[in-house]
Amino acid sequence: MKRILVCVKRVIDFNVRVRVKPDGSGVVTDGVKLSLNPFDEIALEEALRIKERGEAQEVVAVTIGPADCQQQLRTALAMGADRAIHVVHDGGVEPLTAARAFLQIIGREQPFLVLLGKQAIDDDNNQTGQMLAALWQRPQATFASKLELAGTTACVTREVDAGLETLEVDLPAVVTADLRLNEPRYVKLPDIMKAKKKPLDSVSLADLGVVPGARVRTVRTEPPAQRQRGIMVKDCGELVAELRKRGVL
Amino acid sequence: MAKVLVVAEHDGAKLNAGTAKCVRCALGLEGAEITVAVFAADGAAVAAEAAGLTGVARVLRVDRPENAHALAAVLAPQVAQLAAPFSHVFGPSTTFGKDLMPRVAALLDAPQLSDVMAVESASRFRRPTYAGNAIVTVEVEAGLKIVATVRTASFEATPAGGAAAVESVAVNVPLPAHTRFAGVSAAKSDRPDLQSATRVVSGGRALGSAENFKLIYGLADRLGAAVGASRAAVDAGFAASDLQVGQTGKIIAPELYVAIGISGAIQHLTGIKDARTIVAINKDAEAPIFEVADVGLVGDLFAIVPELEKLLTA
Ligand SMILES: Cc1cc2nc3c(=O)[nH]c(=O)nc-3n(C[C@H](O)[C@H](O)[C@H](O)COP(=O)(O)OP(=O)(O)OC[C@H]3O[C@@H](n4cnc5c(N)ncnc54)[C@H](O)[C@@H]3O)c2cc1C
Repeated sequence: MKRILVCVKRVIDFNVRVRVKPDGSGVVTDGVKLSLNPFDEIALEEALRIKERGEAQEVVAVTIGPADCQQQLRTALAMGADRAIHVVHDGGVEPLTAARAFLQIIGREQPFLVLLGKQAIDDDNNQTGQMLAALWQRPQATFASKLELAGTTACVTREVDAGLETLEVDLPAVVTADLRLNEPRYVKLPDIMKAKKKPLDSVSLADLGVVPGARVRTVRTEPPAQRQRGIMVKDCGELVAELRKRGVL
Repeated sequence: MAKVLVVAEHDGAKLNAGTAKCVRCALGLEGAEITVAVFAADGAAVAAEAAGLTGVARVLRVDRPENAHALAAVLAPQVAQLAAPFSHVFGPSTTFGKDLMPRVAALLDAPQLSDVMAVESASRFRRPTYAGNAIVTVEVEAGLKIVATVRTASFEATPAGGAAAVESVAVNVPLPAHTRFAGVSAAKSDRPDLQSATRVVSGGRALGSAENFKLIYGLADRLGAAVGASRAAVDAGFAASDLQVGQTGKIIAPELYVAIGISGAIQHLTGIKDARTIVAINKDAEAPIFEVADVGLVGDLFAIVPELEKLLTA
């Protein structure tokens, strides 16, 4: 079966104004809205479109996280994933641990394409896809804004600092999604009902033979230095005068 | 003592400014001995430039035809091989470094720290999370090699003036052929580069069209500035994707940043936090951009920008 694996992560919703706990032990998560990482949503959407074009037969979503992140897997199923796999793990997972777990899932599922978001908007690490590709010894095409499949290869346009780069990669490969790859669909109510019946399997990290690393310890979490609100000027003349005064013009 | 390998970013002819910033970051490690590695098809010019960076002890030049384009899958095994005697491996937090370094880290079974913004010790660093809304101090378990990308906006470039030795080395690892460079479309421009410009003028959704976005170019040219854009402006096709500033675009630190018709979403602000002076022009006096702007002007950009241009010409 031609299968696409999409790795997704639950994060604090991008609309939430994230606040640091006063004791510096992390950010406030109590009562905060949690969602699929927006980049992973884009990755999933791309997989669904590939399947809808007839270029894949099955889309499997996988996540690593505590019991209640099954809710986000249900969202993925409601969007259109055929199956979901929940790698149950409480607490944080370092990117290399996540990559190791996904590698085990790849071994079981044999996908011809693995899609992930380019970064998760909580830790902003931008590492997991690349690490997975390295461990799998397969190509990586990160920051994708366009993906075309052509038999045993894929042509990927990447958003890089210089502009748009195009890579040709042999399949299977890992592709990480950038914002402009597509616009994810909205989930409709009947889809949510249907999603409840779709298969969702659970495994533990231990089942996969992966030992969670804890090699990077967060010592302290702080709010960033705040910029001060400045002054308002009333017209262009004042603006130019002010900038000259500050020596920036 | 820290032995740092810095992976040079370049276009085959010139060193990217991010490399000199990585060197500056590495100099923050006590007793750091810094080696720059240049992977290229012919790295002579780039290696010579790297050798001139103050603080660099040695430059390793790895010439292989496969290195003509920076492909992570091709470079990573070479970097990993060279990295053996080093305690730290740094690259810039540009799309080059973000693509490459995690692949290196995985090959080395080393943790990676992304977007390092400050060095506290050889094993303790600060980095932003949550689009810059939470700064974490992280400590890496003792004895591990550390791979990191360096947030270039947080460090000054180390100046030229050094004279390190350049050594050509052969790295004989098998390289994969499964990933092939097919082309790059870069808008050639005579304007300053967004990432290193001292002045940047950015336009947002309010510009309304690619045609109107020329207003931004006009003002930028008047100021000798680079052009940037919000995600909304890029998504709408007013500006090219490489002009996007923010969490998922470029993180910049110019002397002057002018935000025109940009609301100031948190994801945009994270890209400009380190600008020295932020100017905001927006018709909505309540726009969040004014909370961080040093100088704000409320009004219609379509009236203000042409007038500004005139004033700056006079
Ligand atoms: C995961 C994720 C990542 C993101 N990454 C980025 C990123 O890297 N960079 C980024 O920029 N955004 C990013 N965004 C998007 C961000 O949330 C905002 O949607 C975006 O920045 C808004 O762009 P804007 O300010 O141009 O548009 P808007 O928010 O629509 O603001 C337009 C502004 O123009 C003003 N205006 C309208 N007409 C005029 C006029 N005639 N004269 C003057 N002012 C006028 C309005 O008052 C308004 O304030 C990201 C979002 C997500 C979810």
